Amino acid sequence: MSTATSISADQEARIKAELEQSWAVPRGLIGWLSVVDHRSIGRRYLVTAFVFFVLAGVLAALMRIQLAFPENTFIGPDLYNQLFTVHGTAMMFLFAVPVMDAMAIYLVPLMVGARNVAFPRLNTFSYFVYLFGGVMLFVTLLLNTAPDVGWFSYVPLAGPDYSPGKRADFWAQLITFTEVATLAVAVEIVATVFKMRAPGMSLNRMPLFVWAMLVMAFMVIFAMPAVVTSSSFLLLDRLVGTHFYNPAEGGDALLFQHLFWFFGHPEVYIIFVPALGMVSAIVTAFTRRPVVGYTAMVLALVATGFVGFSLWVHHMFATGLPQLGLTYFTAASMIIAIPSGVQIFCWIASLWRGRPRFHTPLLFVLGFIAIFVLGGLSGVTLASVPFNLQVHDTYYVVAHFHYVLLGGAVFPLIGGIYYWFPKITGRMMSDALGKANFWVLFAGFNITFFPMHFLGFQGMPRRVYTYPAEMGWGTLNLISTAGAVLLLLGGILFLYNAVRSYVAGPAAGDDPWGGDSLEWTIPSPPPVYNFLHIPVVEGRHAGWDRSPDPPVVTGIRSDCREVLVTDVMDAEPDNKVEFPSPTIWPFACAVVTSLFFIGSVFTPWAVPVAAVPLAVTLIGWFWPRDRP
Amino acid sequence: VSQAMFDPKGPAAAEIATLGWVLLGVCVVIYVAVLGGLAWSLTRRRLASDDSPQTAGRLGVVITSLAVLTTVVLIAFVAVSASAGRGLTSPTGPGALTVDVVSYQWWWDFRYRDVTPSDVFSSPNELHIPVGVPVVLNVQSRDVIHSFWVPNLHGKRDLIPGIVTHTWIQADAPGVYRGQCAEFCGHQHSKMAFTVVAQPMGEFLEWVARQRLPAAEPPDAASRRGRDVFLATTCATCHTVRGTDAGSRIGPELTHVGSRLTIAAGTLRSTRDSFRRWVRDAQAIKPGSRMPAHQHLSMTDLESVVSYLRSLR
Repeated sequence: MSTATSISADQEARIKAELEQSWAVPRGLIGWLSVVDHRSIGRRYLVTAFVFFVLAGVLAALMRIQLAFPENTFIGPDLYNQLFTVHGTAMMFLFAVPVMDAMAIYLVPLMVGARNVAFPRLNTFSYFVYLFGGVMLFVTLLLNTAPDVGWFSYVPLAGPDYSPGKRADFWAQLITFTEVATLAVAVEIVATVFKMRAPGMSLNRMPLFVWAMLVMAFMVIFAMPAVVTSSSFLLLDRLVGTHFYNPAEGGDALLFQHLFWFFGHPEVYIIFVPALGMVSAIVTAFTRRPVVGYTAMVLALVATGFVGFSLWVHHMFATGLPQLGLTYFTAASMIIAIPSGVQIFCWIASLWRGRPRFHTPLLFVLGFIAIFVLGGLSGVTLASVPFNLQVHDTYYVVAHFHYVLLGGAVFPLIGGIYYWFPKITGRMMSDALGKANFWVLFAGFNITFFPMHFLGFQGMPRRVYTYPAEMGWGTLNLISTAGAVLLLLGGILFLYNAVRSYVAGPAAGDDPWGGDSLEWTIPSPPPVYNFLHIPVVEGRHAGWDRSPDPPVVTGIRSDCREVLVTDVMDAEPDNKVEFPSPTIWPFACAVVTSLFFIGSVFTPWAVPVAAVPLAVTLIGWFWPRDRP
Repeated sequence: VSQAMFDPKGPAAAEIATLGWVLLGVCVVIYVAVLGGLAWSLTRRRLASDDSPQTAGRLGVVITSLAVLTTVVLIAFVAVSASAGRGLTSPTGPGALTVDVVSYQWWWDFRYRDVTPSDVFSSPNELHIPVGVPVVLNVQSRDVIHSFWVPNLHGKRDLIPGIVTHTWIQADAPGVYRGQCAEFCGHQHSKMAFTVVAQPMGEFLEWVARQRLPAAEPPDAASRRGRDVFLATTCATCHTVRGTDAGSRIGPELTHVGSRLTIAAGTLRSTRDSFRRWVRDAQAIKPGSRMPAHQHLSMTDLESVVSYLRSLR
């Protein structure tokens, strides 16, 4: 260890040149497919996730047109059922989770002072698997064979007897695709956070954003296997005639629901917890003070991660499970409001104490509080079994989860994009346009979703492609559709601002907001090697708590991809390892994996047949390299 | 037509509505308080002492107190929910009768039990109950999962193939209440409704007596001709009309279809025109349902079948 200024200018120039060469991003088409650096993959994840967001949003707009008037004939039941299934599936599996993965892949290494994520080739592999899976889903929609049994795909409706054709199989395999991709990212994040933090960044100095991503990654690791079990059983029932879910042969239809919701409820927190990390980062930067109650915030995140696993039955209150058991799940579902409440109180206290600067990112955080608290409270009412029996599967629930997911996750995410856009691109997004963007989205959101609470009270069930005029639901539905137009406009404004700023925004500089974490101490966009010298962290706010001549790590080779590995608790230097270089094999492996997944929609023979090329690509991927 | 949970017409729905008002009322108060706190935090005059350790300590105390308050409110919510739930699990008084609810894609069968087998009858898509007494419902599904729901009377109960469960309803006022399937069940989930007719015990018993009878002899030439068409064409392959040779159970029983308020599972009001449209081209009204179109029927055949069905009262 030495300080940055003690390294001579000559040495510095040499290190820089060597790092640029060692960590160089390969060029050309083959190079593009071989990239293993977290910034490129993170950017691709981000852009791809937003493309799927737009597509799934367009499907929602079509549904809103159909529902604007009673007995509308714009879209028939067959297409409508595909639309809401693909909308839900894409929003959950192709947008919400991957976009949070994207933020983690891009930002976590920067925040912990690392040069890349752990397992960079796995990262590349995960991106292509995700991309191919997402493309598959939308291609099935174009071919009129998209899944039409809901994003939850309950059996027996999705089983072989009631869903002939391949629609439900594509749903099951989409789950497999996103499963593999998300699990890979989760493992990378856990390893990066635990083993690659810069010296000095002990766990109690980790940014809240990183804590949030860590909790998210652990939740993925424990939740995702349940859904892949449920979807694989479904595929087996459909493809090879097993009877996991067939009551006539001793199977159990409810088993699917337990497996699905054991994943499905944590899934909500997998999406929501990263957003909490973004909120903390933004609040810190725009009040220029640490968030009040760091320890409470961390405990709240971890508690959410645990309690999130004991709520799943509140999706199944109407199935006739024993009353005493249900009461347990009522209590657990209520308990999760405590950590959420604590975090809200801490942020409000931070805003109370600080000197808030009302730039676009902070506006989105304030919008998040206004929307999320409402969604959280409606969630608390849903935990009550008797009340739930009335509003379950009505538009009240549709309102509720859009409040918590759009308000709780997408608002902070868009705030986060406004906040980190300068770091990622080196250019500022327009603040004036951003504020307009916020208000249009905020108004559009509430006009679209607030009336749905009342539609639920009036008895409108979910997943209906039409409703009779005499039910009197027409007016509120029309208002909701009008709000959706505004919401769409807000989305377009956001994309316009992003594209325009990317092309012609003013240069951002290293640290336009006065952010507190390490990413703001390096140039924007970050160089290929992220940190010229691996920093030594001196406090909880690594960017703020720096001595005038900050200490840095020396003794790491710059002529190859050598990185420092540190220990889990205190980030004491532990080891040095050489990171893998770019290679085409992860891409090849992703192609074979995708063909295998798609093939097994049609025949179980895809499994043995794909095993051979898969083995070849894996051998190529793990072939030992010559040391320079 | 009302299908509103906050317009309760029976004890279960009333209990839930009261609980709902309590929960929602408290939540509105909390929401206003939180947003008020946020607005004040953003706009208040900043003080030099804001960054002092004493202020930090006080903020800690405030946050802890609020967390404790949150916990207390949530415990109260659990308590009121559990207490309301206890009242809902089983009927308050002795059950007057038991009805089997069997769901199909996309209609409902309500079967009235009786010790005498010949007195057992079914009333598809229209559940009649006596006012003021609890009615126990044994619910089960014959194909996919559906959910039985009459918001004015009670919350939902899922019908899951392979599992028979129970729920109950009770109406305190005579009237017609609408129910609807609440679990996505495929193409025509949207059009899988039913009607609950609550009537005084006397009227109810008269209705039961009528329903037990086989189909009446068609009153006129047109409906007699309609019966012949019914028995000679596809109709009889799926439907039962007791007292005739039609005895298939693929579609809903039609022995007293003319007496019902709606047809096609609550989709159309029971008018002559509705019957005509439904028989002629059911696929235009409920695409994907098992009822085939009968555009090949001649105008006279169609009209006579409609007359026959309307005569089945």
